Amino acid sequence: MNALHHDWLDIGHIDDIPRQGARVVAAPGGNIAVFRTVDDRVFALADRCPHRGGPLSQGIVHGHQVACPLHDWRIHLNTGLAVAPDEGCAARYPVRIDDGRIRLRLTPEDGCPNR
Amino acid sequence: MSRPRLVVVGNGMAGIRTVEELLKLTPDLYDITVFGDEPHPNYNRILLSSVLAGEQTTEGIVLNPRHWYAQHGITLHTGSPVVKIDRIRRRVESADGRTAAYDRLLIATGSRPFMLPVPGADLPGVIGFRNIADVQVMLEAADRYRNAVVIGGGLLGLEAANGLRQRGMQVSVVHIAPWLLERQLDEPAARLLQENLQARGLRFLLKRQTAALVAGESGRVCAVRFQDGECIPADLVVMAVGIRPNTTLAESAGLHCNRGIVVNDTLQSVTDPRVYAVGECVNHRGVTYGLVAPLFEQAKVCANHLARHGIARYTGSMLATRLKVTGIDLYSAGDFMGGEDCEEIVFRDAGRGVYKKLVLKDNRLVGSVLYGDSLDGAWYFELMRDGTDVSAYRERLVFGRQHLGDSGHGDEKNRVMSLPDSAEICGCNGVSKGAIVAAIRAKKLFTLDEVRAHTKASSSCGSCTGLVEALLAATVGGDYSAAPSKKPLCPCTEYTHEEVRKAILERQLKSIPEAMRALEWKTPDGCPKCRPALNYYLLCAWPGEYRDDTQSRFINERAHGNIQKDGSFSVVPRIWGGVVTPRELRAIADVAEKFKAAEVKITGGQRIDLFGIRKADLPAVWRDLSAAGFVSGHAYGKALRTVKTCVGSRWCRFGTQDSTGLGIRLEQATWGSWMPHKFKMAVSGCPRNCAEATIKDFGVVCVDSGYELHVGGNGGIKVRVTDLLCHVKTEAEVIEYACAFIQLYREEAHYLERTAPWVERVGLAHIKARVVEDADERRRLAERFRQAQEYAQNDPWRAHAEEIDAREFLPLATLV
Repeated sequence: MNALHHDWLDIGHIDDIPRQGARVVAAPGGNIAVFRTVDDRVFALADRCPHRGGPLSQGIVHGHQVACPLHDWRIHLNTGLAVAPDEGCAARYPVRIDDGRIRLRLTPEDGCPNR
Repeated sequence: MSRPRLVVVGNGMAGIRTVEELLKLTPDLYDITVFGDEPHPNYNRILLSSVLAGEQTTEGIVLNPRHWYAQHGITLHTGSPVVKIDRIRRRVESADGRTAAYDRLLIATGSRPFMLPVPGADLPGVIGFRNIADVQVMLEAADRYRNAVVIGGGLLGLEAANGLRQRGMQVSVVHIAPWLLERQLDEPAARLLQENLQARGLRFLLKRQTAALVAGESGRVCAVRFQDGECIPADLVVMAVGIRPNTTLAESAGLHCNRGIVVNDTLQSVTDPRVYAVGECVNHRGVTYGLVAPLFEQAKVCANHLARHGIARYTGSMLATRLKVTGIDLYSAGDFMGGEDCEEIVFRDAGRGVYKKLVLKDNRLVGSVLYGDSLDGAWYFELMRDGTDVSAYRERLVFGRQHLGDSGHGDEKNRVMSLPDSAEICGCNGVSKGAIVAAIRAKKLFTLDEVRAHTKASSSCGSCTGLVEALLAATVGGDYSAAPSKKPLCPCTEYTHEEVRKAILERQLKSIPEAMRALEWKTPDGCPKCRPALNYYLLCAWPGEYRDDTQSRFINERAHGNIQKDGSFSVVPRIWGGVVTPRELRAIADVAEKFKAAEVKITGGQRIDLFGIRKADLPAVWRDLSAAGFVSGHAYGKALRTVKTCVGSRWCRFGTQDSTGLGIRLEQATWGSWMPHKFKMAVSGCPRNCAEATIKDFGVVCVDSGYELHVGGNGGIKVRVTDLLCHVKTEAEVIEYACAFIQLYREEAHYLERTAPWVERVGLAHIKARVVEDADERRRLAERFRQAQEYAQNDPWRAHAEEIDAREFLPLATLV
């Protein structure tokens, strides 16, 4: 599994995710939500809201934020941080687009204790 | 490239609030320099009376400490009054010789106390009540002297008098009018107030005109002489007879002034568009405001233009006032004296010290005075602002909003100020009174929205809003809670719900991006508040033509199930009128077992709810339910939910009509329709009303002679009994009236507004006029509803089950 964690895994095509939407990647450490914003940027966060664990992948994506469907916490997609004044963060995963293919690494970025 | 320069003359609440609003919009557009004549950073002037009364300290009322200015790169000159504006060279000059050049100038010089032009007005010991220095003079006087006289029995005068009394002085209040606060109160309320203040040791001299202030041997004031010759001793005289806009500087710069710097709706001087002005120094449409709520509205508009957004307009404010004397609860707003064409509703309970007067004109609230119990002030203010027709509940109006029913906090509303800190205010989010007050103090919160953001109180169901507003008013001073004169749909826009809907129709806007472009949305693709609203408004305006934007719907409406706290979903098939066959029950049981529903529950709406369904299984669940003949129950949507029925004349010995059959026919006519909010109906077979039709959005009570139609009921947060719409004779009429009422609601209510608040906002008379009295209009409404239904009555479950785009429900990839 170690090798897997450091690889850029091909998880699908950007068009597999609706614009202003998200899809889930079932990973060994739990679900990862992969978001596609209105300007076709792609972000990946742990699919757990820092508030009560709501599935962020099910929220409304707006700008570079997502609103958790359970209690409407807003999370910044680029940092995983809750929008102030709420406090908390969702772990962020490295993700990039190669020629339309989405590539994801399963090792979360540093900086968030909720890994 | 160097940035444009903004110079702010005036370091008070209006000026700095404008800077704060500007920084929110564009943090680094300008190089900002602020000049203030006082030696302090910006503080909360409203709370000076609390400092005087010993309830606050001067440090405690500072709003923006010096490091705030530094953090935002703002150059601050305190104790440095600007004495000259050179509009040709675009420079200002201060008394201590500093100069600053500007590209935009903001004048916020506030006001000065008006000093009566009587002999002795310039003696030592005679002051106004305006700033920290005045308070210091009063505190020193309280230490050394005995007798204080306050001239002026207005809000400021009474607060000064109360503070000086708290500091141990003998205080007399001199007032020229026959009763106190004549601009805020009628005589009966003023008498109650006067009695209360007398009991605290204040003396009142009404209908007295001051002739002169007399100097003592030391040269300091020692007495006040009236026109009738009487003299009273005075070691300190506080003049609180009014304020005058401070326009000396603006006038010397050649800016047009007339009792204030004359500004347009964008807060620009009419003389020089580079010069903006806000606050008490301004004359806007002939009005000068001295309360903080309008100043904050001005600040917001002014900042919008300084930030070059250029879309906001200030069109004036309605005023409400509260007296900030601890232990006295006083509120007034609008035209509280009434007149010939007005009616008054008065409630007086002298024993409890409560007086309430509501002034109505054409069944609309135009003014209110509340003494002793002002918790409903904000509600009355909203009714005034919205011009709501209150005829449907005017007999209950004076008892307040609580009388319409509130769940979650019983009768605590009346006792909120005396509650312990541990008392729960927001039952949804478990926020205590202590937590709210602490957050207001520590984080310097001013508005309801800020309290919601920081504490979550009042941010879910909203039923504790009145309580939170009361706490806010008590903690930071009353004027803050006043509602803005116009409520935008959400922070992404300046436009209201009505304006957005009108623009969609008139300008033929047919998609969300198109609407956002045309209406100058401030965000690239909106927020979770406006996107679902726009999606609904477009769907309602262009049935069959608008393509639903699923990404702008809440997950429940996207997945056609209810998301639960563990991320699983619950599924409710439609059970027409609550009638079900054994075969259908068996089909539901099969689905429940096949997909391992964790719980099967009979709902309050006569249906069956399957809990714990995994999202990936939803399409298959629908496929099976569809095959058994079920359609979606829309238990998750802003849409028609249930039609609850009793058994009616088919079985019941009391039943007068076929309530079950009528319920089924109503449900078949209306299911599938998207609405501003959820919509529930019921049909009861006789006035015993077993289907609880009188707390539904649309309820039918069958009687021997036909059908009573009831609207606007609610059994939720705010229990509201329906209003009787009318009586009809046939089932066909029931269905036509129901369709017309629903269509009117669909076309006019704000998104996420239930029928109960909608009926209260627009008034039952308006609904009767369109649905009952005008038969042609009713037919047109019902016809528009039927047309919309042609496109809406396609079962979302069947649609999904047949042309499954299962991708929405399946993982993008599985790596486990």
